[in-house]
Amino acid sequence: MKHSHVFRMLVLTLSLLFSLQGVQAEQVVLESEADSALLLNQLISASSTSDKINLINLIASSNLSQRSAVLNALQDGQLYYTKSDEKLVYAITHPDGYQITSVISGEDLGVIGNRKVRKISINNELRAVLRGVLAELSLRSDDVAERLKAAKDLIRSPAAEFLPAIERAKAVETSARVLESLNIAAAMVNLNSDQQLLRLDAIESFRGTLDTDAMSILAGMQLKDSDGNYTEKDDLVRESAAAVLTEMRSKAEIYKVIENTFFGLSLGSVLLLTAVGLAITFGVMGVINMAHGEMMMLGAYTTYVIQLLMPNYIDYSIIVAIPAAFLVSGLVGIVIERGIIRHLYGRPLETLLATFGVSLILQQAVRSIFSPLNKSVSAPSWLSGSWEINGALSLTYNRLYIIIFSLVVLLMLVFLLKKTFVGLQMRAVTQNRAMANSMGIRTGWVDALTFGLGSGIAGIAGVALSQLTNVGPNLGQSYIIDSFMVVVFGGVGNLFGTFFAAMSLGVANKFLEPFAGAVLAKIFVLVFIILFIQWRPRGLFALKGRSVED
Amino acid sequence: MINTKIFEHSAIGRLLLADKAGRYLIAVLLAAMVLVPLCNLIMPEGSFLYVPTYVVVLLGKYLCYALLALALDLIWGYCGILSLGHGAFFALGGYAMGMHLMRQIGERGVYGNAELPDFMVFLNWTELPWYWYGFDNFFFSMFMVALVPAVLAFVFGWLAFRSRVTGVYLSIITQAMTYALLLAFFRNDMGFGGNNGLTDFKDILGFSLQSDVTRCVLFALSALSVVLAYVLCRAIVSSKYGRVLVAIRDAESRTRFMGYRVEHFKLFVFVVSAILAGIAGALYVPQVGIINPGEFGPINSIEIVIWVAIGGRGTLFGAVIGAVAVNYAKTYFTGAFPEVWLFMLGTLFVISTLYLPKGIVGVVTQMRERRAERNATSTPEQGAES
Repeated sequence: MKHSHVFRMLVLTLSLLFSLQGVQAEQVVLESEADSALLLNQLISASSTSDKINLINLIASSNLSQRSAVLNALQDGQLYYTKSDEKLVYAITHPDGYQITSVISGEDLGVIGNRKVRKISINNELRAVLRGVLAELSLRSDDVAERLKAAKDLIRSPAAEFLPAIERAKAVETSARVLESLNIAAAMVNLNSDQQLLRLDAIESFRGTLDTDAMSILAGMQLKDSDGNYTEKDDLVRESAAAVLTEMRSKAEIYKVIENTFFGLSLGSVLLLTAVGLAITFGVMGVINMAHGEMMMLGAYTTYVIQLLMPNYIDYSIIVAIPAAFLVSGLVGIVIERGIIRHLYGRPLETLLATFGVSLILQQAVRSIFSPLNKSVSAPSWLSGSWEINGALSLTYNRLYIIIFSLVVLLMLVFLLKKTFVGLQMRAVTQNRAMANSMGIRTGWVDALTFGLGSGIAGIAGVALSQLTNVGPNLGQSYIIDSFMVVVFGGVGNLFGTFFAAMSLGVANKFLEPFAGAVLAKIFVLVFIILFIQWRPRGLFALKGRSVED
Repeated sequence: MINTKIFEHSAIGRLLLADKAGRYLIAVLLAAMVLVPLCNLIMPEGSFLYVPTYVVVLLGKYLCYALLALALDLIWGYCGILSLGHGAFFALGGYAMGMHLMRQIGERGVYGNAELPDFMVFLNWTELPWYWYGFDNFFFSMFMVALVPAVLAFVFGWLAFRSRVTGVYLSIITQAMTYALLLAFFRNDMGFGGNNGLTDFKDILGFSLQSDVTRCVLFALSALSVVLAYVLCRAIVSSKYGRVLVAIRDAESRTRFMGYRVEHFKLFVFVVSAILAGIAGALYVPQVGIINPGEFGPINSIEIVIWVAIGGRGTLFGAVIGAVAVNYAKTYFTGAFPEVWLFMLGTLFVISTLYLPKGIVGVVTQMRERRAERNATSTPEQGAES
């Protein structure tokens, strides 16, 4: 008891010092665990509001590891102490009373009855203090993301009492993005002041930023109330707000265009991935492969199976899945070619029917093996998150990766077709089968390989699709029509045309969406393709010369 | 012998004289048209000859599909136009009929609004969209059943055939057409009931759709329509005009070089086919009691192609047989072994394209020819022995 009394005197002295200097002072260093325990236990005995305020400031400025946790718990009303042995605990409501955890040791103390603990009470004054202290604590955190989040929170709930904390944080902030947010937060506070100059200054400081909260505040100033008067009484402030708002909006507009283009390109990449395999089987070989969608489905299911096989390495399973899906779909493709399509060359409409039959069989096979329900494939951690460039523009990693991935697949395919011996044979067979045959190329095997290649690439597309949609037996059907559109639009037998068609359709779709909605945008694109085919019946980049003839 | 003489007196008769299979088909259809309703209405329940109402409805549905298959066989089998979007014309005819039936509900809807169908009340619409005007009139609606698919087919065909979009490309843009319509009809703003489509029909021309008599009449009408459509298609393909169609199918450029306006021939037959498909849809809707955007699904259109291919392309009666046979198999297997059905159907397509390029009809003819050959070879031998 005596020791505690001495410490309490110390606390009061120190806090007197703080109240003179403002909240922030040099850190209070607690050297032993016993000291920490003593300081925390003061929370139980402190009874007056001023004592508690001092104590809170002291804890905040200490080097206690659990300071944020304690203060947060205090604010949320989850800080209690046990009546029997006066232990400070975090308490979470539980059907039988409270689930408590020791604050000092972090030890789980089990469930305790309602009457055996007492809450450490706080009032509104303390809540305000706690908010400021906690905001400052997060602003001083070592983690940039946490500092940024704290600054954003301040933007959303600007209050005069945070201003000193914001100014102090600005002085030491190293990250440019956090600094920008802090500037906006400070300006938001100043906007609420009653001095015109401060407010004008605050509005001016929004110029050049793209913060959406700032924009909505400025827009709010332009509104009129029900009597027809502006809610913002000060004309000068309102007009300068309008000027800054216009500038911010036009800048945001540019970023919106960039973002739409990015979305469009990522949608285009999905189209490209799904269509490029078809560009081989349909475009190069002239086989209408209705089972193309099912090849993608097989790829997606391969991803699922690989993930089941290596549950501890989810982050890497997708890397393994890419070659696996290529092999699975490719082999199935070769079997289909050898078994069925080989007998139907030159009869494109018959292959359509036969491969449609194959697609039904594959769908039902998957349904019987894996159940008709959708399977979820979890995304590896490195695919989530986004690259935030500024307030108006952030690019999600999964979209970014899919653009890169589709380009890599396309380039590898072009390389394979143009620079390797197998590719040379494939081109030879498609250009003149009889001549290639007489030159000693085994056309049968080249056909099988080409079809396997197209199918394998569809399998790779399936890996990508497993990250975007549900993996189910009908996965392929939803993409098959789009894939055909892309190939036909681009010009059959032309990989560059496929690339160009996929990207332009993707971008067009995304730019139409804000005006027309997703469904109508898609309808417009379909109608456009139907009309386009009338104008150029052989697609955008039609093949010329003899191979064109039917 | 008497039969033959009667046939010779009319143009249709002469047509059928050369078409033995067609005569059998028409006879079977006409017999069904009379017997099935009789067995349903007159025979007592539980009797050996009694045909339950659900069978009548099922058979009626098959006949609508048969009509649709006939429409497709006309353009695919005889003109080489493989439409993967024929379901769209079927669905449009169905929607025109559905709109009429919706207007007939009147005040008996859930919301009791005399003017607006339930889904419009639900969407807080206050007045009927302009394109719903007139559909309370039966004859106007029947006119639209034919006109809407015809106009779509005309515009689409005019654009496509004029720019010489052929083969695979045509197939794919017809698929795009039906897919675009599918998406469009899914939208609530379109005013066609969105996802749920049009349903809860009560009666047609004052007759309750639930009564056995109405169902039997609809069945008989479906059978009659198939007969009439068959005769019409047979007349088209047997005429001189039909010969040009076949020429276009087999060598389009050559036909063009001979001075025929290929696109006009194609356009005409395409529009006729679309109208037939629309009529099939209009007969289908009152019998199944619902029309929704799912009918526009590209898969449905591919299924039509399958019926024709399995029955036997380019024979007309093959299309009817294929539609009924495949759909009967579908009903049976989805009921008895739902797991196996898609395996079955898939294998059927593969086998029929690989080994039976002429479908069921082709197999029958082949068997008959073989028998005739055997007879032809065996007779002289017998003669030599004796």
